[in-house]
Amino acid sequence: MTGPTHIFDKPNRYIGQSAPRADAARLLQGRGRYVDDVSLPRMVHASFVRSPHAHARITAIDTTAAKSCPGVVAIYTGADLAQHVTPYVGVLTHLAGLRSAPQHPLALDVARWQGEPVVMVIATSRALAEDACEHVMVDYDPLPATLDAETALSADAPLIHPEFGSNLAWERVVNAGNIDAAFATPGVKIVEREFRFGRHTGVTLESRGTVCDFDPSEEYLTVYYSGQAPHMMQVIFSKHLGLPEENIRVISNDVGGSFGIKIHTYGDEIATAAAAKLLRRPVKFIADRFESFVTDIHARDHVVRARMGVTEAGTIVGIDFDDLTGIGPFSMYPRTSAIECNQVLNLTGAPYVLENYRARGRVVFQNKTLMCQYRAVGHPIAMAICDGLLEDAARLIGMDPVDLRLRNLMADDSYPRASASGMKLDDLSHQAALRKLTQIMDYDTLRADQAEARKRGVYRGIGFVSMVEVTNPSPMFYGIGGAPIASQDGATVRLDAGGALHVSSSITEQGQGTNAILAQIAAGVFGVDLNRVKVTTGDTATTPYGGGTWASRGAGIGGEAMLQAAQALKDQVLEVAAVMLQTTPDKLDIQNGNVTDPDGTKRMTLADLARTVYYRGNELPSDLKPELIATRHYRVTDFPFVFTNGAMAAQVEVDIETGFVKVLHFWAVEDCGRVINPMLVDEQIRGGVVQGIGGALYEECHYSPEGQMLNATMADYMVPMAAEMPDITVAHIETPTKTSVLGAKGAGEAGTGGAPAAILNAVNDALAPLGASLWQMPMTPERVLTALDAAAG
Amino acid sequence: MTRTVAIDLTVNGERITASVPSRLNLVDFLRNDLGLTGSHVGCEHGVCGACTLTVDGVAVRGCLMLAAQANGCTVTTVEGLSDQGLSTALQAAFTKRNALQCGFCTPGMLASALAYVNAGGTDDRDAIRAHISGNYCRCTGYQAVVEAICDTIKEART
Amino acid sequence: MFSVMGGTMKAPDFDYLRPATLDAAIALLASSDGDAMPLAGGQSLMPMMNFRVASPSALIDLADLAELRGISRDGSSIRIGAMTRYAELAASAEVMAALPLFGMALPHIAHDAIRNRGTLGGTIALGDPAAEMPALALALGAKIELAGPDGTRVIDADEFYLGYYETARAPDELIVAIHYPVALSDHRFGFHELTQRHGDYALAGAVVARTAQGHRVAFFGVADRPLRLPALEQALNTNPDVQSALHHLSAIAFTGDVKASAATRQRLAAVALTRALQGMTQ
Repeated sequence: MTGPTHIFDKPNRYIGQSAPRADAARLLQGRGRYVDDVSLPRMVHASFVRSPHAHARITAIDTTAAKSCPGVVAIYTGADLAQHVTPYVGVLTHLAGLRSAPQHPLALDVARWQGEPVVMVIATSRALAEDACEHVMVDYDPLPATLDAETALSADAPLIHPEFGSNLAWERVVNAGNIDAAFATPGVKIVEREFRFGRHTGVTLESRGTVCDFDPSEEYLTVYYSGQAPHMMQVIFSKHLGLPEENIRVISNDVGGSFGIKIHTYGDEIATAAAAKLLRRPVKFIADRFESFVTDIHARDHVVRARMGVTEAGTIVGIDFDDLTGIGPFSMYPRTSAIECNQVLNLTGAPYVLENYRARGRVVFQNKTLMCQYRAVGHPIAMAICDGLLEDAARLIGMDPVDLRLRNLMADDSYPRASASGMKLDDLSHQAALRKLTQIMDYDTLRADQAEARKRGVYRGIGFVSMVEVTNPSPMFYGIGGAPIASQDGATVRLDAGGALHVSSSITEQGQGTNAILAQIAAGVFGVDLNRVKVTTGDTATTPYGGGTWASRGAGIGGEAMLQAAQALKDQVLEVAAVMLQTTPDKLDIQNGNVTDPDGTKRMTLADLARTVYYRGNELPSDLKPELIATRHYRVTDFPFVFTNGAMAAQVEVDIETGFVKVLHFWAVEDCGRVINPMLVDEQIRGGVVQGIGGALYEECHYSPEGQMLNATMADYMVPMAAEMPDITVAHIETPTKTSVLGAKGAGEAGTGGAPAAILNAVNDALAPLGASLWQMPMTPERVLTALDAAAG
Repeated sequence: MTRTVAIDLTVNGERITASVPSRLNLVDFLRNDLGLTGSHVGCEHGVCGACTLTVDGVAVRGCLMLAAQANGCTVTTVEGLSDQGLSTALQAAFTKRNALQCGFCTPGMLASALAYVNAGGTDDRDAIRAHISGNYCRCTGYQAVVEAICDTIKEART
Repeated sequence: MFSVMGGTMKAPDFDYLRPATLDAAIALLASSDGDAMPLAGGQSLMPMMNFRVASPSALIDLADLAELRGISRDGSSIRIGAMTRYAELAASAEVMAALPLFGMALPHIAHDAIRNRGTLGGTIALGDPAAEMPALALALGAKIELAGPDGTRVIDADEFYLGYYETARAPDELIVAIHYPVALSDHRFGFHELTQRHGDYALAGAVVARTAQGHRVAFFGVADRPLRLPALEQALNTNPDVQSALHHLSAIAFTGDVKASAATRQRLAAVALTRALQGMTQ
């Protein structure tokens, strides 16, 4: 444990308590403020004509008929908006060699994926805008499309950006130790598998959307935006619409789910802002579900050929793999689409002591929806590669998969240290997490149940994963590469005259409970009741400057800033109180909304103090200039990232006649450092696990040979629903990070990062007695049956 | 020209008369014409359940019913449930269990849960899961929702 | 399935008409030259309109037609009005007693909020190949009562499903009611549906009715329409071991799509049939 323990142990400490969220009641009573709830005077509505082709030259656009449709206010083509919006390119300098082409909000001469916006229609209602879209005539000359990442680099693949000479966007190689020598060592056995990870997407229940309001009198653009990074979007709107940053206000009120989907530059949203500026009136664009499926960023879509070497005694000598991923026709701006592959190269095998490690990643262009950072970027792939091979190796050498892990996990007392790929690691607890996991799941009993079930012809399996999660990124993640993305966050704490705190933060709320934990930290550290803290987030005009909520950074970075700010305000208040009470600050404390003696005896209320300062300053010495507001900013300085760790397990039952997989139960032990609100963290883990199960069993964007997405409806794209999901048992180990006083690491992505590997392993454990195995996600009934057929010969 | 229909209905206890486009669905009418933005639009093809609300005492999809079809009906949205105290126990249980994160599915989930509770549903977890399986939640993983509904049923019994 | 041309999630414009009588409704349909569509529960039609794959000039809402309501039993037959909603079927003790298959199938049909609006006549008329009720109609040997400009006619369910969403109903006809034979004490029924998620359309489903006349077996979710296989039924009549009958499944032109190939569907259909037979009412 680090940091002054009194912060975490005093009355009103709140940190560590499962306090209900203050904003739950509002959302439960239908009083949320989502972007589609915003309605402004003179507001008009945008709809887009989108490319029906994966790859086509746009030869003519005729908007004559559409312009005369009822309610139409304006129609813009790509060429129209190109005069007002500068193009953007999704590259970062620290991802050496990454290339992408300039993107415009609407396609210019060539459309490069099905769903790419081509023409924007603005009308007095969304329905009328859609009516007019049907009358926009676009002539396309279809071009050969590159769809399959595996053929994108072949010599005869159609080039998406001919100027590059190939469809390669980025390539990276990591090489540590000597993998060839390690694998050639006598006694070393090799397992080799080809993993396929389906392309899936976030399916936020609230689709993307924005209301853009331009006031020409002040050249001021207000953007109501369903998203995760208001300050980043402020810079992007400024840069590409030609407005000063200070003339743009980005407001994210309630956000109906994001998961990394709502943190990118989407042409339809930029076009909406441009239209508001051109029309000098508010424009609303809310993506419908079709548009979400074909334009929200997709994720995964990796093919990985991987090998692991292991000795008979159970020492893993190394991992060697080759990852190929398709990212759509551009690298997404501004975070780029190389990050997921980069994470796979960085994170594979990170829980284990590996002397030898070789990895190659290639990122290729294709004519599908853009791929970018979705929850647990790269993690499900990295964890499935290593732990999938590990359990395969355990079967090969006849060792229990838990035993094999315990022989190879980094020792809990061995930190700080580095992973084979060079990641700096500290404060991790893999061994303790795995031991705790086997206890809470009652591993031995489950194995006995499995054996008994097999006698009845019932195929149950148990699968594990030991994992890391990247959280709390430092400037090394994006800022170093030139992205306008803050890695630091700020917090302001203000004592109001009534004795309440008003706090604000640059991290944002998308349902995780950001506002709740900020209030808990402020109340606990400063010393007031939780219900006397009001929180503001999600507004570039009223919050400190910072990065927002992504990469599981909110609690760790924004939370630490809040802790520091609350502590600073407390120090300031005690200085004033000491003068008023004729003592010294070290003899005073703040508890339960009062200035007290250290033992808690009340000396004066905070309201008395604040009212004196604000209303009757004449009672104070003239040289005392009280500041009842404090702001602090925080960034991670010692490490590129902070890592959390966890161990998870799934129990599944495979119906070998239908190929259906039922998840019977799931267990997760997570070490996210100090837990601020266990209830919120547990629900983050559970929700993350269910998203991971979605990727493992259900979710996949299917494309026709021509590049049409075939299942772009909620009926056809399968997300996890309540009936099929298991109960999920969550437990914690708390190893606070030494990088902050708060000691919190992130928790939001672990479930999604780890669950797919655990499910994969459980399915393969169930199939093992039949000699079958499956290495492709989602593990659909058909794929399970195919695997069984292959085993049966 | 947009074709319209005159409707006369009761929404959250208030009598409403309006002329609406024939094609306007009920949830868009409630949100855009009446400002009852508590009902959410998630897919507009009847799958996600975000727009689930109560018409003549039963749960329906607000996106699969025309405003015109609601002529003569009694409609209750999440705002009405809250104001009339019809879902207080469930709302308290959802808060206590953190059975919501982003809140976008919540009004629809609440309407479905209320239908289950009011129909005398038991605290059988599988039955609860089956009942709410038409309401998509991307955030919670559903377990807390199941717990909240269980709690509500158990507490009503005691 | 749908080519994305533009924002397509608001229905195109149409007239909304709400006739008070069956005759008036048929007259409206007949005068529209096939451009108008009847609106029953709307649970499938509304999405199709929102996707703009259906764009009728008018919707004829059947909600006020008393002729399409009601459940009545007439000796060995039960008549269910076309506008009877799934929830009303489930709540009807008469239906549950007379038609045990309804009790087995209804929980699989979508979800509560859909069952509160969706109607029996609507699903029978739509003929979604993956829907449960058309297959039940086949397995039970139901008769479909249609009303049109020239009066009413009754057609066997066996004659009703002609192709992919194609039925014997003329555009100016309405389904008034569906007539089912009431289960006798020696009748046995089986139902099994394979879906990855509760309430989804079936990857494959089988419905079995066994009477003194033998087996009637209907499949759904497997081909372009719900269907029976007389040869398979005959085989089951002569040999109760399902394994010996499964080869008849290859007569079906199985659907292949992103959820399952034709070969997988055939396999799942065999499982559904096997499990339907294993789970027959006692």
